[in-house]
Amino acid sequence: MAAGAASGGSATTDTYKESRFWLLLPAWVVLGIFVLAPVMMMLIYSFLTKEFRGGVIWELSFAAYDQFFCDRGLFGDEPCTIEWTYIQIFWRSIWQAGAATLLSLAIGFPTAYFIATRPESQRPLWVFLITIPYWVNLLIRTVSMKFLLRDQGPLNDALIGIGLLDSPLHIVNTNFAVQLGLFYSYLPFMVLPIYAAVERYNFALSEAAADLYATKWTTLRRILLPAVKPGVIAGCILVFVPSMGSFLAPDLLGGAKNFMIGSLIEEQFKGNAGNWPFGAAASMILLTMVLIILLIFARQQAKAEKEA
Amino acid sequence: MSNTTSNAIEVRDAVKRYGDFTALKRISLSIKDNEFFTLLGPSGCGKTTLLRMIAGFEDVTEGAIFLYGDEIENLPPHQRPVNTVFQNYALFPHMTILDNVAFGLEMRGKSKDQARSRAGEMLELVQLSQFAARKPSQLSGGQQQRVALARALAPQPKVLLLDEPLSALDLKLRKAMQLELKHLQRETGITFIFVTHDQEEALTMSDRIAVMSAGEMQQLGGPKDIYEKPRNMFVADFIGETNLLEVSVDGINNGRAVCHLGGGHELTCDAVDGVGVGSHVHMSVRPERLYMSDKPVETESLKGRIKENIFVGTDITTIVDLEDGPEFVVRTSNSDRGNKRIFEPGAEMYVNMELGAARLLVD
Ligand SMILES: Nc1ncnc2c1ncn2[C@@H]1O[C@H](COP(=O)(O)OP(=O)(O)O)[C@@H](O)[C@H]1O
Ligand SMILES: [Mg+2]
Repeated sequence: MAAGAASGGSATTDTYKESRFWLLLPAWVVLGIFVLAPVMMMLIYSFLTKEFRGGVIWELSFAAYDQFFCDRGLFGDEPCTIEWTYIQIFWRSIWQAGAATLLSLAIGFPTAYFIATRPESQRPLWVFLITIPYWVNLLIRTVSMKFLLRDQGPLNDALIGIGLLDSPLHIVNTNFAVQLGLFYSYLPFMVLPIYAAVERYNFALSEAAADLYATKWTTLRRILLPAVKPGVIAGCILVFVPSMGSFLAPDLLGGAKNFMIGSLIEEQFKGNAGNWPFGAAASMILLTMVLIILLIFARQQAKAEKEA
Repeated sequence: MSNTTSNAIEVRDAVKRYGDFTALKRISLSIKDNEFFTLLGPSGCGKTTLLRMIAGFEDVTEGAIFLYGDEIENLPPHQRPVNTVFQNYALFPHMTILDNVAFGLEMRGKSKDQARSRAGEMLELVQLSQFAARKPSQLSGGQQQRVALARALAPQPKVLLLDEPLSALDLKLRKAMQLELKHLQRETGITFIFVTHDQEEALTMSDRIAVMSAGEMQQLGGPKDIYEKPRNMFVADFIGETNLLEVSVDGINNGRAVCHLGGGHELTCDAVDGVGVGSHVHMSVRPERLYMSDKPVETESLKGRIKENIFVGTDITTIVDLEDGPEFVVRTSNSDRGNKRIFEPGAEMYVNMELGAARLLVD
């Protein structure tokens, strides 16, 4: 029967078309429910009027975007001048997420390289070890990090104990603490794609480069890196994007001064003080920003590819 | 700077161990300047290991390696003036053909322009100029092979190492490349160390051949020597086709050994170092050095019966059942049919050896 269905020219292609539709349907449904619908909801909410104790009133309004971009003075009756508060928060988020991404890359790349160059039988164990901390809830990990880094915490105690420092180093409530927190939150997302790329890399290419008088450093730069670039880019995106919107690390490790966009959005949906349309608008702006950054990156990548 | 009296490469008592496994068991050999030298042996015998030790990719467990008199076994690969043509070419996939070939020149301090113009010349040499701007994946296997060759030759290494460079090519292309390689070696005057498991390829191309087996060197010599005077069973069997007879050596007079077969039949041949009186050894005779007759030509002629004739294009292969020994293979070239006889299956006849055809083997 199966053979019968497979034979015959046009009947087969029709069958394929039909079964393809049905086979792809679950994927489309899942994507629709979990990706498209929430984004559409946010988009719609961002253009509604806020209800004072959270929630929305179904009335078209641009107030959320106006609040984000326009400074209309103390009483809200002046003409629009640029509102810097939120742009600053955005800028800080980009900067913090970027720094965390670089930190992840600096630690994650050698780690991934190390794992990928172990004997094949040992690699799954190393990957497993890397992921163990991530079995613990993110909140608990971030709180533990704060405990480790605080002035009377184990890190400072140790540094003072061995005589490296006289007084504790203030790490908590600095930008650096946030970067560390973000780095720690998303490190596996950097390590795993790079590991996959390095594992596929043909190390005979490195030998060929060394054979042609290239030093280790030149080989890394001119042969290995171009070959594993897709993994590096994937890792950077996977760390940068969630870092941009994250709120746990900035809240717990950064303190009030080092507020990031994630915290801003989180607050709008929390308790009675929130402003849903404003939170939705900020989310949409965040989404747009991330997309723009990725697009610029992709375009430059394509251009570099063409030139090479 | 190259000292003409010293060898291009000298390997001295080189041992390579991987844990408990000994891949190379104390190899010593000297490769002359401007020589086409071949490492020949079955898969797994340690050819690649030896080549990689010369290139610097493998540590030497014991022993030393000299390049024109300079000890090199502790130098990293990028400091050794030798280049390698890798078995699977290992071309840089993200670079153009031209940049692949220019890479080594750039690393040696040439400017990008200089390197590219010289790389262009190298591509001309291997007739690939029109592909300069392509990526390796856009080339056929044979073309990639030539790029790998041009890339390795471009920095003018003192020694070029080639690890089974032709094994991935089809027969016709392989034959053409064998000649091309040989010509390139003559033109450039660079010492080539060529690795292959194909004895025919080794015989065709080499000035000298080192036959290896199980991490040991079995014999070193010119193609003719290796083929006509195999030292032991392994070499006789591995190089070409051969007939083996079990013999006992009765006496040695004036450089001739007198031997007899199990049935008492007597044979004489050149004596060989390492085979003394009283030893039981094998005698090897190449099939094309045998001819057949209906009467014994001399006392040594071996009586037998024809089992089968097989026509193989240029030759006829005859399988003979010897009365006094095992089966023998006799090869008669079609061009020799005028003066050599062919018998029908079942016919009784005698097999005769040409002068100097029989060779005693050590063990
Ligand atoms: N890295 C290694 N670890 C353990 N054994 C190895 C390694 N490389 C090669 N060998 C062993 O050494 C022997 C010689 O290998 P190789 O030099 O590649 O042989 P060939 O090139 O003659 O086919 C083989 O038995 C192989 O299994
Ligand atoms: Mg090999």
